Amino acid sequence: MAKPYASFSSKVIPLPAENVDTDQIVPARFLKVTDKEGLADALFRDWRYEADGGLKEPTFVLDKPGMAGRQILLAGDNFGCGSSREHAPWALVAWGIRAVITSSCADIFRGNSLKNGLLPIIVDAETQRQLFELVAREPDVELTVDLESQVVHLPGDEDLPFDVDPFSKLMLLKGTDELGYLLDKAPEIEAWERRHPARIDTRLDAGT
Amino acid sequence: MDRRIHRVGQNAPNMDAAPRHPRTLVDKIWDDHVVLDGKGAPSVLAIDLHLVHEVTSPQAFTGLRRRGLKVAHPERTVATADHSVPTTPRNLPILDAMAAAQVDQLTTNCTEFGIPLHGLGSPSQGIVHVIGPQLGLTQPGMTIVCGDSHTSTHGAFGALAFGIGTSEVEMVLATQCLLQRRPRSYEVRVDGRLAPGVSAKDVILNLLSRIGVGGGTGHVFEYRGSAIEALSMEQRMTICNMSIEGGARAGLIAPDDTTFEYLAGRAHAPKGREWDSAVERWRALPSDPDAAFDRTISIDASALEPMITYGTNPGMGLPISAAVPDPAATEDGPGRRALESALAYMDLQPGQPILGQKVDVVFIGSCTNGRISDLRLAAAALKGRKIADGLRLMVVPGSDEVKREAEREGLHEIFRAAGADWREAGCSMCIAMNGDQLTPGQYAVSTSNRNFEGRQGKGGRTFLASPLTAAASAVAGVVADPRRLPGIEALAAVGGR
Repeated sequence: MAKPYASFSSKVIPLPAENVDTDQIVPARFLKVTDKEGLADALFRDWRYEADGGLKEPTFVLDKPGMAGRQILLAGDNFGCGSSREHAPWALVAWGIRAVITSSCADIFRGNSLKNGLLPIIVDAETQRQLFELVAREPDVELTVDLESQVVHLPGDEDLPFDVDPFSKLMLLKGTDELGYLLDKAPEIEAWERRHPARIDTRLDAGT
Repeated sequence: MDRRIHRVGQNAPNMDAAPRHPRTLVDKIWDDHVVLDGKGAPSVLAIDLHLVHEVTSPQAFTGLRRRGLKVAHPERTVATADHSVPTTPRNLPILDAMAAAQVDQLTTNCTEFGIPLHGLGSPSQGIVHVIGPQLGLTQPGMTIVCGDSHTSTHGAFGALAFGIGTSEVEMVLATQCLLQRRPRSYEVRVDGRLAPGVSAKDVILNLLSRIGVGGGTGHVFEYRGSAIEALSMEQRMTICNMSIEGGARAGLIAPDDTTFEYLAGRAHAPKGREWDSAVERWRALPSDPDAAFDRTISIDASALEPMITYGTNPGMGLPISAAVPDPAATEDGPGRRALESALAYMDLQPGQPILGQKVDVVFIGSCTNGRISDLRLAAAALKGRKIADGLRLMVVPGSDEVKREAEREGLHEIFRAAGADWREAGCSMCIAMNGDQLTPGQYAVSTSNRNFEGRQGKGGRTFLASPLTAAASAVAGVVADPRRLPGIEALAAVGGR
């Protein structure tokens, strides 16, 4: 379904806030959609816009000159905490983000991102601090994300290796999804179910 | 196939035989549900119960249609509408066209795919994490998922219950399985006796204030100890509910007689002989005495005060008699900047006492504290009293059944006499998707689970607290200490179950 995750180079959007929750990434009032359209406009909505629709002053980082088109978000610790809404990675991807570099991200957000072609790159706190410094010093510095070799190339031949779940890596590189993988396991699932009777019957007439 | 995969070393043991090493509750549930051990890939984990609501499911059903798939087990799936539904009288239409379309879409999806729906207008409608336990669908030893991070609530029954994204909702609909890696374990020991006026909400807010909102990432909490064992099921649900606020996808409590008493006789609970054998099975679930946890933290329940948050995440909490922290007194770095930014958003001064802070709105409800015992506590505190002038108190039952029970007990009369707004069931101002929301700048004491910026309405400011603290604050018009309520000893004993 998704496109294979190819290596890419991009300038960086710095967002040094810690514990950025998914309510900030996409406020709940934008969750009434029944599809995935239009979420780029909802991204960080209340950090970007005043109630009247005008840009906030000072301007949020996404809307500063030169940020459009950047694909790497450099974020503070515990990015994506809170609500399980997959609308968060949908909105980030719709805006154009393909990788989030942070010192940790929330479990549900990480899983949701990996299923949508958004790569969380986890670095240690010291590396994260150095990256923020680098971007502060050279706002237009370009990084190259190479998932295949699990390395972020920094300027000056410096390489930043990162860990990634091998299964998720394979799925991203092939552009296949986990449901396809799971559907292929149907025989094993059926065999297991034959040996393990259902523990519940949710049908309305099953309750007494 | 499975046997081959479960074989270890030279031995080919019966896979149902207990391994020699001591196991935690989570280990036992995990081992019982592993369809396929991944060998590098994540494991295929069987899901017993899948809860569905209107907000995180539409795109999953669209995905099924696109692939031409059916729901594998509609009879292990159950749906309700809770997030975007109004809490105004049910005979009024949903005014928000998008919310109405989303609720309609859920009905269409459930009809087309054969999923039981406790929809709007049904006597069993309510917040998904309130109706699961209420209907007896939530049972010990199960794996339970829902496209909602507060699915951790169901862990109170000794079930492994966690929130999932919409892609995973589609996976579970299609296969009744998920791809998962075994989580690490985190023991949360709470021993001692809670003082009157201190409740389950204060225990979890205290834990979060210690470990922060990312402290449990990658882990599952197991809450244990004498203070946990002494809690009612509804209080246990309050604690497990907010596990996700500490970054843990799940949090659970070993099933015991309190659990079985709560479950017995509920609509979907086992009956007769099946009940007896189920209880026997459930009694084997608690962690083995010498089971090891990856991490441990201890909390002395006797030392706890009522807790309240002052900032913009649930980890920013303090004892209610304490002062708002001073960024200048914290180490320079991201933590200080977060604190500065939180205090600016909340418009609070460093060092000011949180007691006495003005409050505009009090919200009592949500999957954290919208159950009958929560409403009983709040009503006991409000009985014969009036809320402060100019303050708005919204009481939103967690389900239609909770509402009916409260009305049978006359609690709604107490709330109304105090000046509260008594509403229909739903998530309401916890997530503010349905029109129930704060206006910019307003302060709320809320029994819900999140105080993120704008969570209860754009520009709104939230103090998370217990139902007793919320009720005391509603009367005072400012943040108030529930321990100063007259007759607090007797009051705190109200609740039950």
